[in-house]
Amino acid sequence: MAETSTQGAVEALSLVPKAEARQTMKDFKSDQEVRWCPGCGDYAILAAVQGFLPELGLAKENIVFVSGIGCSSRFPYYMNTYGMHSIHGRAPAIATGLATSRRDLSVWVVTGDGDALSIGGNHLIHALRRNVNLKILLFNNRIYGLTKGQYSPTSELGKITKSTPMGSLDAPFNPVSLAIGAEASFVARTIDSDRKHLTEVLRQAAAHPGTALVEIYQNCNIFNDGAFEVLKDKQQSQEALIRLEHGQPIRFGADGSRGVVRDPATGDLQVVDVTPENEADILVHDAHAASPTTAFALSRLADPDTLHHTPIGVFRSVERPVYDTLMADQLDTAVEQRGKGDLAALLAGGDTWTVVG
Amino acid sequence: MTSQVSSPAEQADGAVAGEQRRAGTKDVRRLNRVIIRFAGDSGDGMQLTGDRFTSETASFGNDLSTLPNFPAEIRAPAGTLPGVSSFQLHFADHDILTPGDAPNVLVAMNPAALKANIGDLPRGAEIIVNTDEFTKRAMQKVGYDTSPLEDGSLDGYNLHPVPLTTLTVEALKEFDLSRKEAERSKNMFALGLLSWMYHRPTEGTERFLRTKFARKPEIMKANIAAFRAGWNFGETTEDFAVSYEVAPAAEAFPVGTYRNISGNLALAYGLIAAAHQADLPLFLGSYPITPASDILHELSRHKNFGVRTFQAEDEIAGIGAALGAAFGGSLAVTTTSGPGVALKSETIGLAVALELPLVIVDIQRGGPSTGLPTKTEQADLLQAMYGRNGEAPVPVVAPRTPADCFDAALDAARIALTYRTPVFLLSDGYLANGSEPWRIPELDELPDLRVRFAQSPNHTLADGTEVFWPYKRDPKTLARPWAVPGTPGLEHRIGGIEKQDGTGNISYDPANHDFMVRTRQAKVDGIEVADVEVDDPDQARTLVLGWGSTYGPITAAVRRLRAEGLPVAQAHLRHLNPFPKNLGAVLERYERVVIPEMNLGQLATLIRATYLVDAHSYNQVNGMPFKAEQLATALKEAIDG
Repeated sequence: MAETSTQGAVEALSLVPKAEARQTMKDFKSDQEVRWCPGCGDYAILAAVQGFLPELGLAKENIVFVSGIGCSSRFPYYMNTYGMHSIHGRAPAIATGLATSRRDLSVWVVTGDGDALSIGGNHLIHALRRNVNLKILLFNNRIYGLTKGQYSPTSELGKITKSTPMGSLDAPFNPVSLAIGAEASFVARTIDSDRKHLTEVLRQAAAHPGTALVEIYQNCNIFNDGAFEVLKDKQQSQEALIRLEHGQPIRFGADGSRGVVRDPATGDLQVVDVTPENEADILVHDAHAASPTTAFALSRLADPDTLHHTPIGVFRSVERPVYDTLMADQLDTAVEQRGKGDLAALLAGGDTWTVVG
Repeated sequence: MTSQVSSPAEQADGAVAGEQRRAGTKDVRRLNRVIIRFAGDSGDGMQLTGDRFTSETASFGNDLSTLPNFPAEIRAPAGTLPGVSSFQLHFADHDILTPGDAPNVLVAMNPAALKANIGDLPRGAEIIVNTDEFTKRAMQKVGYDTSPLEDGSLDGYNLHPVPLTTLTVEALKEFDLSRKEAERSKNMFALGLLSWMYHRPTEGTERFLRTKFARKPEIMKANIAAFRAGWNFGETTEDFAVSYEVAPAAEAFPVGTYRNISGNLALAYGLIAAAHQADLPLFLGSYPITPASDILHELSRHKNFGVRTFQAEDEIAGIGAALGAAFGGSLAVTTTSGPGVALKSETIGLAVALELPLVIVDIQRGGPSTGLPTKTEQADLLQAMYGRNGEAPVPVVAPRTPADCFDAALDAARIALTYRTPVFLLSDGYLANGSEPWRIPELDELPDLRVRFAQSPNHTLADGTEVFWPYKRDPKTLARPWAVPGTPGLEHRIGGIEKQDGTGNISYDPANHDFMVRTRQAKVDGIEVADVEVDDPDQARTLVLGWGSTYGPITAAVRRLRAEGLPVAQAHLRHLNPFPKNLGAVLERYERVVIPEMNLGQLATLIRATYLVDAHSYNQVNGMPFKAEQLATALKEAIDG
């Protein structure tokens, strides 16, 4: 996580006015009582976002949080910025209209696994391919919380829930794989309880020009408690968690005893015990690789049931043209080529005739 | 059509013949009005031919009204009845209201076009057929066992058999074109012939061809040559002994500069003008759908007006993006047709709750479901009124003619901006594709639509703190303040959950919900709309009430009845929600109220429910506009009781 693209920060936020005074976390807390269940992972994410935003030093009136429906989507009410709590799954579409028409805003989408990947799946993939200047925080708790415990599109196969008493028949989505497949220019994963990691990922996402998707593993302590415990427990996470850092060999386990190498026969990735012989073959993470192939392979490393070998960090961060910039450029070009619109001339058109009294 | 100037009634369908003179070897007859229908395969270029003839006619100064009619398939099977595409044009030396009931002239490019349209022709009408296409096989395909050109079945008509294809290919033999390419210009030959017959100016069409085929000079020259050859053919051949003049309709029009305009173009211009008058950027979020896509195409061409067009991944994202832009301070619009409205319903409900300005353009087409994409209907009225969960009132505005789409768009924007509400603009396929002369307004005639964004706190708490309350309303309009992101100190959150009056905070309080539901309704009920005007010169006992695109046919029918000495009153609604304040009083004045609609009685349902008036419906849902004659007969029956 060492590298932050400062060049990106210029384009991503350069049009957003800066705050006049130094901000603190308190500036971003609204006067509304937070109403998530006690112990919900959302509290930690809210605190991390409120704690990190002052770093950006942006005028808070130029920050907007847009959400859909679900527990996580109550998020905007708790932020003392502009915000919209919209309808189920549509936040990326609404935020696209806002971000493309107002490039002086820093626009954030807060969504969940049901909101973003089920009812709103279409809008998510299209926002990603367009590369609109949006930061999408996808709180993934692998369950429907607000409707009280049905399986979600990220729930594991066979999961017993209220709507699947004999086990879920749905193969789950892997949000990182999906985002990379949808041409996302920035894809990261982090965990609600790891404040430091979460903050660093948010920092990089904020600086990214274009759409950034951040999957945040979030614990629902009521309906799916402990879903990510294997990644949080100090002992278990040794084998389960892989921290990706750009430019660093991908190693994990006790003293980095395990590593990721490419299978020369298939090109696929696999986990090995690191030895002096294979140490040089350990894959060095390149988040900026032009091809998404290796980032995609990394997203497939984790076992969807046990979560063993789950990479967190920035999988992919590449620069490509940003939709709202392109749209603004077309407007400028049209004015350059044809002059500023002349309404009277437009209405008159070419073929007219005159009736005189 | 734009004017209310009284004029000769649109009576019988036969063109009225006037004086006659001779020009060279040929007679020239003067007519008051003519209805021409071009018909051919959907690949024959009939819409283009009709458009060109219309432009020539418009620049000549006739009043006109058009009716394009085409299948939903881009290229339906060649030579079949379902594949026939037609374009009807009515033009006159006076003020006219409809594309006409029955053509005086049919140009039939093949047997299918003849068969599909002959039933609409009165005896004595002129028929120009392309004899080259009347092969045994082509005729059998549409069920002609014998050739209608030879079996006497067309004896009652004035038939002009013309080998259009052969003549076109012959005229283009100097060009380096394959036979197939040369044949494609036969529509221009036909256009040239008709242009001669009706003394149309030709410069515009030649200029059009030069621009359209600028990158294909050989095709351009060939089309111009075919066009001229058609003209010369009329001039020289003995089969066409008479040509016709229809004088400009100068007296029908108020003083001004005019152009021809279709409904969708007028609507697009209305939106650009509204943004200009509001001094706001225009944002369109849309998904392609017939017959609304032309508005997306048109607006995407005007980026130098600061117009942002966003072709979304679906209908829902189209309106979602528009709503997002509205939050950001744009004049936001989404364009669609009925099936798209169904998909947008939830977002329209959100817009009702958020109380943000948003114009929803519905170019109605035949339904339900996919229905008849290229045919007209006005059956989305109740969907616009009620098609949402909860009590979600939305104002509804409807244009009455193609040119009126301009003013209706400005009015929809006025309501949206003034009252901070989504507004339906209900046009339809007939208005969208039809065209008529439009008096181009001066900019200073356009309404001032400027809005004031909230800039500072609007409420003082008990302890003296100045705060911003996003749902503290304007006492007169009940509109809430529009505070756009980027305004310091006014940070606030809005959403679809019920809000507390004033603060806008989430509220589940029963009394507050009751109050908010009633307040949103009261806001829409209180929208200022113009009184409905009644045209009733003879103190009639029957009122004909209409809305939307039926204006032309209803007015033409009413003129016919009055010309026969039958008194009948007419009123036409622009505002369907809220209704004009005087509508109840108007309805009370009449013994009978008749409501013709291209649906099964949707306005009638609203009128009966609102005013307890025993309104009679007259309905047609065949995908086509009413014909004036048929409507006149129906009205007469209603008047006679």
